[in-house]
Amino acid sequence: MGNKKKIILKLSGAVLGMYLFSFLLVPLYDVFCDITGINGKVTQTKNADSSITIEGREISIQFISHNNEGMPWEFKPSEKVSKIKTGAMYETSFYAKNTTNKMMTAVAVNSVAPSNAKDFIKKVECFCFQEGIDLMPGEEILLPIKMVVDNELPNNIKNIVLSYTIFDSNLEHNIITDHDSDHMGS
Amino acid sequence: MSTVVENHHDDHHHGPAKGLKRWFYTTNHKDIGTLYLWFSFAMFLIGGAMALVIRAELFQPGMQIVEPEFYNQMLTLHGLIMVFGAVMPAFVGLANWLVPMMIGAPDMALPRMNNLSFWILPFAFFVLLSSLFMDGGAPNFGWTFYAPLSTTYAPPSTTFFIFSVHIMGASSIMGSINVIVTIMNMRAPGITLMKMPLFVWSWLITAYLLIAVMPVLAGAVTMMLMDIHFGTSFFNAAGGGDPVLFQHIFWFFGHPEVYIMILPAFGIVSHIIETFSRKQLFGYSSMVWAMLSIAILSFVVWAHHMFTVGMPLAAELFFMWATMLIAVPTGVKVFNWVATMFKGSITFEVPMLFACAFVVLFTLGGFSGLMLAIVPADFQYHDTYFVVAHFHYVLVPGAIFSIMAAVYYWIPKWTGNMYDERLGRLHFWLSFIGVNVTFFPQHFIGLAGMPRRYPDYALQFADWNMVSSVGAFLFGFSQILFLFIVLKTVMGGKKATSEVWEGARGLEWTVESPAPYHTFTVPPKIN
Amino acid sequence: MTNIRNLIFSSKSYAVLLTLFSVATSADWTALNMTQGVTDISKEVYELHMLIFWICVVIGLLVFGVMFYSMYAYTKKKNPIPATFHESTKVELAWTIIPFLILIAMAVPASKTLQNIYDDEAGDINIQVVGYQWKWQYRYLEDDISFFSNLMTDLDEIYNKVPKGENYLQEVDEMVLVPVGKKIRFLITANDVIHSWWIPAFAIKQDAIPGFINTAWTVIDEPGVYRGKCTELCGKNHGFMPIVVKAVEQEEYDLWVSEKRSAAIALAELTEKDWTKEELIERGEALYAKNCVACHQTNGQGLPPIFPSLVGSDIVLNNKDEQIKILMEGVQGSAMASFSYLSEVEMASVITYTRQSWGNAQKGDGEIVIPKDIVEYKQSKI
Repeated sequence: MGNKKKIILKLSGAVLGMYLFSFLLVPLYDVFCDITGINGKVTQTKNADSSITIEGREISIQFISHNNEGMPWEFKPSEKVSKIKTGAMYETSFYAKNTTNKMMTAVAVNSVAPSNAKDFIKKVECFCFQEGIDLMPGEEILLPIKMVVDNELPNNIKNIVLSYTIFDSNLEHNIITDHDSDHMGS
Repeated sequence: MSTVVENHHDDHHHGPAKGLKRWFYTTNHKDIGTLYLWFSFAMFLIGGAMALVIRAELFQPGMQIVEPEFYNQMLTLHGLIMVFGAVMPAFVGLANWLVPMMIGAPDMALPRMNNLSFWILPFAFFVLLSSLFMDGGAPNFGWTFYAPLSTTYAPPSTTFFIFSVHIMGASSIMGSINVIVTIMNMRAPGITLMKMPLFVWSWLITAYLLIAVMPVLAGAVTMMLMDIHFGTSFFNAAGGGDPVLFQHIFWFFGHPEVYIMILPAFGIVSHIIETFSRKQLFGYSSMVWAMLSIAILSFVVWAHHMFTVGMPLAAELFFMWATMLIAVPTGVKVFNWVATMFKGSITFEVPMLFACAFVVLFTLGGFSGLMLAIVPADFQYHDTYFVVAHFHYVLVPGAIFSIMAAVYYWIPKWTGNMYDERLGRLHFWLSFIGVNVTFFPQHFIGLAGMPRRYPDYALQFADWNMVSSVGAFLFGFSQILFLFIVLKTVMGGKKATSEVWEGARGLEWTVESPAPYHTFTVPPKIN
Repeated sequence: MTNIRNLIFSSKSYAVLLTLFSVATSADWTALNMTQGVTDISKEVYELHMLIFWICVVIGLLVFGVMFYSMYAYTKKKNPIPATFHESTKVELAWTIIPFLILIAMAVPASKTLQNIYDDEAGDINIQVVGYQWKWQYRYLEDDISFFSNLMTDLDEIYNKVPKGENYLQEVDEMVLVPVGKKIRFLITANDVIHSWWIPAFAIKQDAIPGFINTAWTVIDEPGVYRGKCTELCGKNHGFMPIVVKAVEQEEYDLWVSEKRSAAIALAELTEKDWTKEELIERGEALYAKNCVACHQTNGQGLPPIFPSLVGSDIVLNNKDEQIKILMEGVQGSAMASFSYLSEVEMASVITYTRQSWGNAQKGDGEIVIPKDIVEYKQSKI
């Protein structure tokens, strides 16, 4: 019956291991997404110089914006659609304005379609990499984006859509609370 | 497997304790099996009542009975209770009753942990059900609780839901450790792995699956808890997280979970078909290999629940092919059951009726599953009633019928009394008709365009919804008959022999009926 | 066995079977199968669906055929001595390999169709689709048109007070117009929780995930009205946020685009004009019914404590600035979202409506809110 203890220990170890594995899935997911481009998030490139070559072909690039959960800022791309050449540095910006009467911090999340274009977009500078974008009440700003689309972009991709969603960093992590939500007065 | 057994009937003059205390303190696998089975039956009726609320609302277009918010609570709790409260505990109850006897062991390896594994369940479900009475209501985000609906936008009771899930998970994990240690360590000499009864094999594999995936579910709900209360952003895009990550983690658990809910059924059906065909099960070793293949494949198909989430082409193709592949070992099992019946000598007592219905109707569910695996077609099926029809076919005339079959098959051994054959048949036919009238039309309404988790629907779906609701009430109320039959059998009936069924093989049929409180205190000799 | 016979012939069974039969025969048999749809892809998908279906039918007939035959011919009565075979490597190999080959035969066309769906080049028209709780927003990227699309079915129909219309739960206030024959690309995302955008006639379904974009494309062959649904549980009104796409000839589409553009300009002008109380209330009532009733109810009394009452509420009675702020920013920690996407005219109308209804005007300061107030709020730093 000493065997019993061994098996129990092994199985308990497996249980603990699988529990930790589920947490490991979080960074694993990011790595996997990075490699395969699954969730379409573009990360910052330290060195885009290697992608800058003789100009390649022309593709069209579209910028769309969305304010999550009624984020009250004005937020829109300076150029909605552009024709650019692969292999060349491209600069554009997003316009943002805090239309409220208090200081707010926004965070921007980017997403690319088609998602397999993600590997070929080298972003040197993007406001979406910032921890938070602080704006005073009424303040407006032009948020820069500097990127190169690599020549290696598959030929069947002729159009890329870059989407930016802004969120209020300070939003409650749970919107529905149980009581005392009678903020409208009596 | 033919066995010649010498069994010493020791006269234990101290039987079970008397009174209510017996049930709280018992470490006896038969008692604990009984506790699990009654608990599961109670949960089945509660979950069933919720299903009837759902089907009553869906009887006609328009909102007649409940509000959409409450409807969402009903569908969420219905799923949670049936999965975690009815199907899984029933299989654990059957494992408790049967595994020790089938391998010639006196009890489970860890009898006290066995008691704990059971008793935390009523507590967990009390917590879950009490959420109905909390401010904001019960969880309302579906049993699959996707973020951010279940995190940022969830009612306060969600924290209790998470607590409850942790406890259920702990119960399953402890139960699985118990099963594995018992099977690996306590088989009577001569019972090698490839001589074990198939129900025991099915539970060995199921227990390993549980060990592997219940902790992942625990991880998922812990991350939810952290997102809700501790400011993390696992699933919150604003904080750099990803709602789709939740789905990957959940379904990594979720897909093996559905095989956890069917593998023991496969074991049960193999036993019953063998007995009532009076012919040795066809292809024992392939049956084992098929269950192993299904279990292993179950780890690499999870994203077939997520085909519309926006994965790249390569991923969608991989998951499509891997999912289709599972049809091969599953098909092998179905063919083997049919081959067992072919040229057998069949009688159709109630367990066999349920087992035959299982083979046909589970296979139907398997066909709709195969259709769902085809990604481009799945774009039209996903999140519609076609999916609802699929999983209810594999779960109700699948898992639940196998549990009912098991009860009818083994209750003479448990109680010493035969059930009433006439009433049993009535229960079978009512259930069979009820289940098909309820769920077959759901294929149609799904194909015609009705999404799932809808409390109301456009007019073209009205007719089939009405039919489905009629079936649901028929099926639901037939289970009251089942309750009556079980109670009646417990209280009395034609006395059962040890063998009970002509042609029944297995160690459990060598002891008296009802089985003595302690069996195989001395290991049997197997030839 | 006599028991089964008794059961089959008992009047109880007949009653049950008859009821079910009569319900089934009067059912709508057209609502039985998937639509073939109106695009090349949707027709490919339909063909694939039918192919797999028929393969399953054939396999089912074969397998169940043997099984039912056994249940008939090999009963104990007819075959008292069972055979003893219980294995056959040849047979088992056969019924492992043959199904595997059948699966490959299914996987090939399925993979081809999937590749066709993923062949994503640019669209002639790009529409950003945003799922909200509980409506859809559409933004035409080239033409700078943007609007919300809400369920138009009356609550009275839903609560069975009046008969249901033909397009019950499938009608919206603003349809998505697109031209036939052109490639339309949808860029799908969400504002809050996960939704899903599904149009059966185009065989398009993609989840709408907050923060992320999913794409889908279609080329529609036939003009018509195509109705879709939200297919991911998204909260209480998941069943009440349908999608309606109208495909029209190019000329009609162009006309619609220019109408929408001028309407947007007109709306900007409306913000400047002078409004009467009655005009605001009239507009506000319709807006309230569309946007506020779900939580605050038609009678304004809400469902406290989660959805506060607007009747006799201190803010609604006496504090229009606070009320504007609440509607523009939402209330953190509660279910009240921001409605800043409403135009200034719409915002002013709905606020005025609440201040002037349910006896609030008499009890409070009775002030109305005009579009210019909203513009001022947006520009101010109070």
